Amino acid sequence: MPIDVLIVAEHQGGKLARATWEAVAAGQSMAADSGGAASVVILGNQISALADELAKARLSEVLAVQSELLSNYTVDGYVFVLAKVIRERAPDYVVLGHTYQTRDFAPKLAAVLGAGFVSDCLGYRKENTKLIFNRQVFQGKFEADVEPRGQPPWLISFQSGSFREDSVERAESHVSAVQIEIPPGTIRTQPGERFREARQTVDLGQAEIIVAAGRGIKSPDHLEMVKKLAEALGGEVGASRPVCDSGWLPMDRQIGSSGQTVAPKLYVALGISGAIQHQVGMKGSRTIVAVNKDKEAPIFEIATYGIVGDLFEIVPPLIEEIRKIKAG
Amino acid sequence: MKIAVCLKQVPSRDSYLRLNSTSTWVQETDIGFEVNEPDVYALEEALRLKETAEGTGHEVIVCTLGPARAQQAIKEALAKGADRALHLEDAAFEGLDSFGTARALAAALSKETPDLVVTGLQSDDLGCGQTGVILAELLGLAHSTIIMEIKLEGQKLKVKRELEAGWFQWIELPLPALLTIQSGINKPRYATLKGIMGAKSKPMRKLSLADLGLAASDLNPKQRILSMNLPIRKAKTEFLEGNPKEIAARLADKLKNEARVL
Ligand SMILES: Cc1cc2nc3c(=O)[nH]c(=O)nc-3n(C[C@H](O)[C@H](O)[C@H](O)COP(=O)(O)OP(=O)(O)OC[C@H]3O[C@@H](n4cnc5c(N)ncnc54)[C@H](O)[C@@H]3O)c2cc1C
Ligand SMILES: Nc1ncnc2c1ncn2[C@@H]1O[C@H](COP(=O)(O)O)[C@@H](O)[C@H]1O
Repeated sequence: MPIDVLIVAEHQGGKLARATWEAVAAGQSMAADSGGAASVVILGNQISALADELAKARLSEVLAVQSELLSNYTVDGYVFVLAKVIRERAPDYVVLGHTYQTRDFAPKLAAVLGAGFVSDCLGYRKENTKLIFNRQVFQGKFEADVEPRGQPPWLISFQSGSFREDSVERAESHVSAVQIEIPPGTIRTQPGERFREARQTVDLGQAEIIVAAGRGIKSPDHLEMVKKLAEALGGEVGASRPVCDSGWLPMDRQIGSSGQTVAPKLYVALGISGAIQHQVGMKGSRTIVAVNKDKEAPIFEIATYGIVGDLFEIVPPLIEEIRKIKAG
Repeated sequence: MKIAVCLKQVPSRDSYLRLNSTSTWVQETDIGFEVNEPDVYALEEALRLKETAEGTGHEVIVCTLGPARAQQAIKEALAKGADRALHLEDAAFEGLDSFGTARALAAALSKETPDLVVTGLQSDDLGCGQTGVILAELLGLAHSTIIMEIKLEGQKLKVKRELEAGWFQWIELPLPALLTIQSGINKPRYATLKGIMGAKSKPMRKLSLADLGLAASDLNPKQRILSMNLPIRKAKTEFLEGNPKEIAARLADKLKNEARVL
């Protein structure tokens, strides 16, 4: 049985999201394995250039839905239009990148369609005629094989980095304009401009060495020790989200999907479990040292050097040793 | 103003998790449980809205679907200041997916007609990030997700929605509405001794499948976990062993001679 896939594109400020190309790669692969078709749908206003860009991928078509009411993303606008497109085209799978926007509308879209939604997947495999999806559970401590049940369509979102943008198959594809009238009153939310908080005082993106503290440091009193290690190494202090959420360090020290993305020469993770939202912000670091008392912590999947142990026992002698080397 | 908070009880962060005999979930017998982290923030937000709202008659209702042990989570919420609780407990609720959970929560909450429903953005165990948004659709509510600030302006809400990489956006939406709350939106309170004593007399209503007017088939999962495993490590990690002093010396040496960062 051929599997037909509809991929939902995302764009911001006149640019396609990288997650969209990764979703195209995933959708192409799911369809190709079974001899099915992959198409993309893009929503917006004045998006012909983006539709043309998508049409450079091998797709059975690019559906472009344009409306002034779609100039800005709104959950109600997206769900109304996508539900209509999906009902008409009846794909087996609807594929998306697992972005904040997807988190906002895809569960609602699934509910409107009565469809299952397997979110934040890492990949899939074929079992007979079925696709089984793999996703993290328990904050990355385990992975689960998940089977979609019931009737198609199923919605599937893929975690950032699960598929590679450069594996998108290229060809000349066709763009079709789709007319959909959005009735007045459909859109209940009014979105404002995007903004960043002004109080960004450090640019960790420039730091060559970062020592990052996670919830494992237990209390803000222990930050002193973390700062000493950073000083000894000549680096900056960073943190995982819970440390900033608790107000132990300011938000601009936060590393991860909702904070800064860094790629220093050395990243030292102290008491950080290594949830994917943290990893995406630091996995490009050249050398990663992880200190964690749990040998199964996901951070060890990407660490260069791993130390399974109590950070309070490891860090003080480490500061000493580094000072010695630097002095000598 | 009537505010409903959806709280989920999940295995506590410090628990050592092992797979059950069929490798389809974790073994729940010898671990601790706690309130899902973002849900703690959602509850705090609800309590603050109630406390700062003008007039009287405001109410915070906790809604939890889970087995008997989940009462602990409910008690904690009541001790912190929630007014009453709905505990959805039934053998039929075991192992529900986000859709089934949302369906059951919707059946319980539709009778309450809350002005605002708050949930966490994602559970620490399943991590689907779906239940709140599906619930909004089932209740016919406008919604917004990953919220970091809430302003009540008459019959309207102005909420600060977190976006990727440190970006935000203000969204206006009408009440009644549902918001999914992100960790860090506030500083959650601790329960006081007085609160803990007071919680004992607060109403906690149990609701079964039949009480909700649902049939088991209404909750049929749209996805199912076939099996779970530890992540396969692409293992290039070099583990350093020894006593702390030895480890420190070896790491410092590697940072100097291999990584060349000293
Ligand atoms: C939409 C969204 C966006 C997010 N954005 C971000 C983000 O930008 N950045 C981010 O970091 N997170 C983000 N998160 C949160 C993320 O999912 C994790 O919850 C978070 O990264 C966990 O932080 P942690 O590792 O410090 O804490 P935990 O997961 O609680 O880990 C603490 C670790 O410390 C270890 N430990 C405890 N005591 C010791 C000790 N004495 N010695 C050694 N080790 C010890 C434990 O074994 C554990 O592994 C986001 C989540 C969502 C849903
Ligand atoms: N069993 C449950 N009882 C009450 N609320 C729940 C339950 N499961 C999920 N939720 C709510 O839905 C949110 C998202 O959960 P999930 O879709 O599992 O990631 C949680 O943060 C809770 O607020």
